[in-house]
Amino acid sequence: MCYGKQIRASLPVGARIEKERNKKYINMNQEANKKEALFSAKNMELLRKPLNLDNPITVQVLGICSALAVTVKLEPAIVMSISVIVVTAFSNLIISLLRNTIPSRIRIIVQLIVIATLVILVDQVLKAFAYDVSKQLSVFVGLIITNCIIMGRLEAFAMANKPWPAFMDGVGNGLGYGIILIIIAFLRELFGSGTLTIPMVGELRIIPQAFYDMGYENNGMMILPPMALITVGLIIWIQRSRNRVLIEEK
Amino acid sequence: MQDLLNLFVKSIFIDNMVFAYFLGMCSYIAVSKTVKTSVGLGLAVVFVLFITVPVDFLLNKYVLSPGALSWISPSFKELDLSFLSFIMFIAVIASMVQLVEMVVEKFTPALYSSLGIFLPLIAVNCAILGGSLFMQERELETLAEATVFGLGSGFGWFLAIVVIAAIRERIRYSNVPAPLRGIGITFILTGLLGIAFMSFMGIQL
Repeated sequence: MCYGKQIRASLPVGARIEKERNKKYINMNQEANKKEALFSAKNMELLRKPLNLDNPITVQVLGICSALAVTVKLEPAIVMSISVIVVTAFSNLIISLLRNTIPSRIRIIVQLIVIATLVILVDQVLKAFAYDVSKQLSVFVGLIITNCIIMGRLEAFAMANKPWPAFMDGVGNGLGYGIILIIIAFLRELFGSGTLTIPMVGELRIIPQAFYDMGYENNGMMILPPMALITVGLIIWIQRSRNRVLIEEK
Repeated sequence: MQDLLNLFVKSIFIDNMVFAYFLGMCSYIAVSKTVKTSVGLGLAVVFVLFITVPVDFLLNKYVLSPGALSWISPSFKELDLSFLSFIMFIAVIASMVQLVEMVVEKFTPALYSSLGIFLPLIAVNCAILGGSLFMQERELETLAEATVFGLGSGFGWFLAIVVIAAIRERIRYSNVPAPLRGIGITFILTGLLGIAFMSFMGIQL
């Protein structure tokens, strides 16, 4: 229709350029407000990246404290991973929902309170349904509060993003943490005791008695704390050799 | 007195926060690039542990443990508030760190500017909360024991971070394989140091 031509002819040059630019901004805003599919590529990326390239333990160097102490057997490691996934995901969700109403000065205190409440809940659930494991984990369930991964993701992601992506990011980072924990626990228990303890199934003897009769001995060193650190160092070595992009400059 | 000294030495070498329990590893690895920053952070951790463990001990004894509130009224004898320990300890730690930060800023501004961001970061250091939780779990009996335990744990952490920083400063000039550069070699070194500290385990005090 001629309407468009009329507008173009009647406005001075500066105003016409402004109009074009505003139209572009209105389009961009509409793009941003368009609802993103729940499991779109961008959201799945949030789940996938922390598993390898952005792993909380080996790349971001967060959450190491509890990762090393609970990996003597496989069962506490699995329970700890599930607890951390739950706490990270839900605290990300809650803080993301509240992100526009928290005053900046008391930000850290609010985050700590949210995390502490979730951890108390997880601790009580563990004490009720998995008492033996919670005794093995002892203080490390409480130490999830100071687990750097959770605070780190809250500050870096949840404070600036919408609830659903924040939730996915929490689950992704929890999974990345869990994978490393399970690998370390698997190696430590297999070589340190020759067994694998799986929740709800119990202790499975992997190395058959025949090996022991031939003279094979369990590597007692693997059960001790320092080997966990060396195992993580080796995992980092393998991961960085396969992904050259992660290597630090001199 | 002998018991206190035993507890002090035990918490520095045998129950070392870093090598035996892996507490405070995140800032341990992040800050240990130079000895200077490590000394600053280590001293801050010692100080914060020295203050928070006794306060948490008093809180635990008179408010949180089962039957603790009976000094208010005998009807509270069965009340067990220990499920609130996490949130109360964290609240005490966060406020103590804030207090220490304000005092340091007022009285020694030079120290404050050299510590920089590390002082508030101590509030989320696992070693601090870990110190209080271990004090609660091991059921230390007196205030003196709690104070000595806090001081000893802090010194153990300080020792660990200064040693690894000194080693990392020198390793910068060695031929570390590229994938191990940085945190990889630090983990392996910390593991070896842990094995070295295990030699203290058989000591009878």
